[in-house]
Amino acid sequence: MKTRCAVIGVGQTKHAAKRDDLSLAGLVREAALRALEDAGLGWADIDAVVIGKAPDFFEGVMMPESFLADALGAVGKPMMRVHTAGSVGGSTAIVAAHLVESGVHERVLTVAFEKQSESDAMWALSPKYPFVPPLVAGAGGFFAPIIRSYMRRSGAPVDVGAVVAVKDRLNALKNPYAHLHMADISLEKVKASPMLWDPIRYLETCPSSDGACAMVLASEAAAKRAPNAPAWVRGTSVRSEPAQFAGRNQVNPRAGVECAADVYAQAGITKPREQVDVAEIYVPFSWFEPMWLENLGFADEGQGWRMTLDGVTALGGALPINPSGGVLSTNPIGASGMIRFAEAAQQVRGRAGEHQVAGARTAVGHAYGGASQFFAMWVVSSASA
Amino acid sequence: MEGKQDVAEGSEALTSPYVLEYTYRRSLGPVVGRFLTGLREGRIEGVRTASGRVLVPPTEYDPESGAAVGDFVSVGVSGVVQTWSWVSEPRKGQPLDRPFAWALIKLDGADTALLHAVDAPSADAMRSGMRVTVRWRAERVGSIHDIACFVPGDEVQAAEPVAPAEPVRRMKSPVHMDFTIGAGRTLSRFLEGVVQGKLLGRRCPTCAKVYVPPKGACPTCGVPFADEVVVSDTGTVTSFCIVNVPFEGQTMKLPYTYGSVLLDGADIPILHLISGIPADEVRMGLRVKAEWLPEGERQPTLASIRWFAPTGEADAPYESYAEHQ
Repeated sequence: MKTRCAVIGVGQTKHAAKRDDLSLAGLVREAALRALEDAGLGWADIDAVVIGKAPDFFEGVMMPESFLADALGAVGKPMMRVHTAGSVGGSTAIVAAHLVESGVHERVLTVAFEKQSESDAMWALSPKYPFVPPLVAGAGGFFAPIIRSYMRRSGAPVDVGAVVAVKDRLNALKNPYAHLHMADISLEKVKASPMLWDPIRYLETCPSSDGACAMVLASEAAAKRAPNAPAWVRGTSVRSEPAQFAGRNQVNPRAGVECAADVYAQAGITKPREQVDVAEIYVPFSWFEPMWLENLGFADEGQGWRMTLDGVTALGGALPINPSGGVLSTNPIGASGMIRFAEAAQQVRGRAGEHQVAGARTAVGHAYGGASQFFAMWVVSSASA
Repeated sequence: MEGKQDVAEGSEALTSPYVLEYTYRRSLGPVVGRFLTGLREGRIEGVRTASGRVLVPPTEYDPESGAAVGDFVSVGVSGVVQTWSWVSEPRKGQPLDRPFAWALIKLDGADTALLHAVDAPSADAMRSGMRVTVRWRAERVGSIHDIACFVPGDEVQAAEPVAPAEPVRRMKSPVHMDFTIGAGRTLSRFLEGVVQGKLLGRRCPTCAKVYVPPKGACPTCGVPFADEVVVSDTGTVTSFCIVNVPFEGQTMKLPYTYGSVLLDGADIPILHLISGIPADEVRMGLRVKAEWLPEGERQPTLASIRWFAPTGEADAPYESYAEHQ
């Protein structure tokens, strides 16, 4: 590494089921302008743009990085697109961070987005492919058996999923950018909601959102001139594994365990549960909170649900998880990972607003994708070393 | 060399047609929305940038500076062909059903070119620098197809009036792609077995795991598979999901239960329907057996197994399948 890298600007759209007022270009522009404003910069100050989104046929726009160059002030600049399925928002930010850390660029704009209202992710994720019966029904259908396996392995009470669903929706009430604002959410409501993919209920499921997230990443020299507090990138890691192999641990994938171990080692974290103040982790279905708490080393295997039930992961708990409301409250797929990374940065910058965790100094951003096979994480801190 | 023989050698790889189609719903935003509203009303509008250039078709942001673009400007319905390409065999969905030219046309008053079709009698009638003029469609809806095409010359034909309507904000964008999917030799060999009512797995020469359906190489060891192994059509449900969600393109009747079935003799579960038992009685560890379609009805697809139904045996102990989840 030649230089340290910091987040000096963060911007998000107001996420919604349908941002019919904006084109795709207008959507990424709204997030990017807010990030530039936070960083006190204009388009001319940006050296390169790194963009990420989920698979092309989610919106049917091929090579969106070329199509969106005008909207992101990228004409005549290096621009590239990253693609790692649902984890893409995280790995996109990591590629941008590496461009700064390597000394190639001073200031990089990174943007991730999805406009789910233009398509249907259930359709896109459930192809009627030849030679096999059309069984899988979207992401929920894929992950439901894995959640059932977790419940059996851990012996967790059946309420855990509902507790996460309520906690994250209450957190979202404090986040003006969140898609869902469900003031009347309750355990009873979650448990009374329809069973979509048994054992996953409707209110334990993420919404479909239109939204974008952007960050400006800067070198140490550029970060020192930024108007607002930086979030220093203290570690980055990406790992993957095949979707299917004999003996694969789908509940607690090895790639996730190794991704976490790697990023903690870079950041000098030996006891994540004590040394991390807040984490934004990718929880599209509520049961993934306890599952990832274990996968990321915050809890011993089979014990993650206890942290949830004990209130440790609530805003005000010892390790708040997803104070922004998380993917359960906002899910523009390609952007969802970057929102986790950006919200982690906002926490250590002290700029998370009403959902700020008091005194947060070290935060984790996490994203996963595919068949729980792609992982991206970063650790950000208020201190540069 | 032992273990290197490819048992799929000689098998013919199966192929199948595959259609990917969908109609996307675009939100146009204020600039493109106004451009298409103009076309519906028989008017072509561009936008002026800070440097004074007029972009037609308009973009939302100035490619030169990244700034938002400024005022809308009406431009002419005639212009000059910058360059062109002759289409001798038009394809379905193209603007004209007879040979035509795709051309980049710089309209009078514009600084950039619009791509559209020119209805010329032959390629000999096309040249860069020629003048062409819009032919409007009578029924206009707020689409680039409201311009039926351009024709050589300067003779302007007035657009027929359309009924006033709300500004255009959205458009439908259908896509359709035809593929031929190849199963590959390894999967084809497996599917030939399915037609015969057999499940053929393959064993990794290094880790000895049996994969069904087999792949070309072991995903863990990275070596080609060796022996072919006949795997039982009886197995254990390791986990499952009951699907209650309707969605676009779905063909299964709701609700249905599908599970991961670890076949006896295999080391990786397959996904399939679980039936012959009420959904609320399906459980992990349930012992199930394939219910095959009758011999003459089987096709080279796992759908030749109608579903897996309970065998009536005692449930498998959790430890026997705990590592397969």
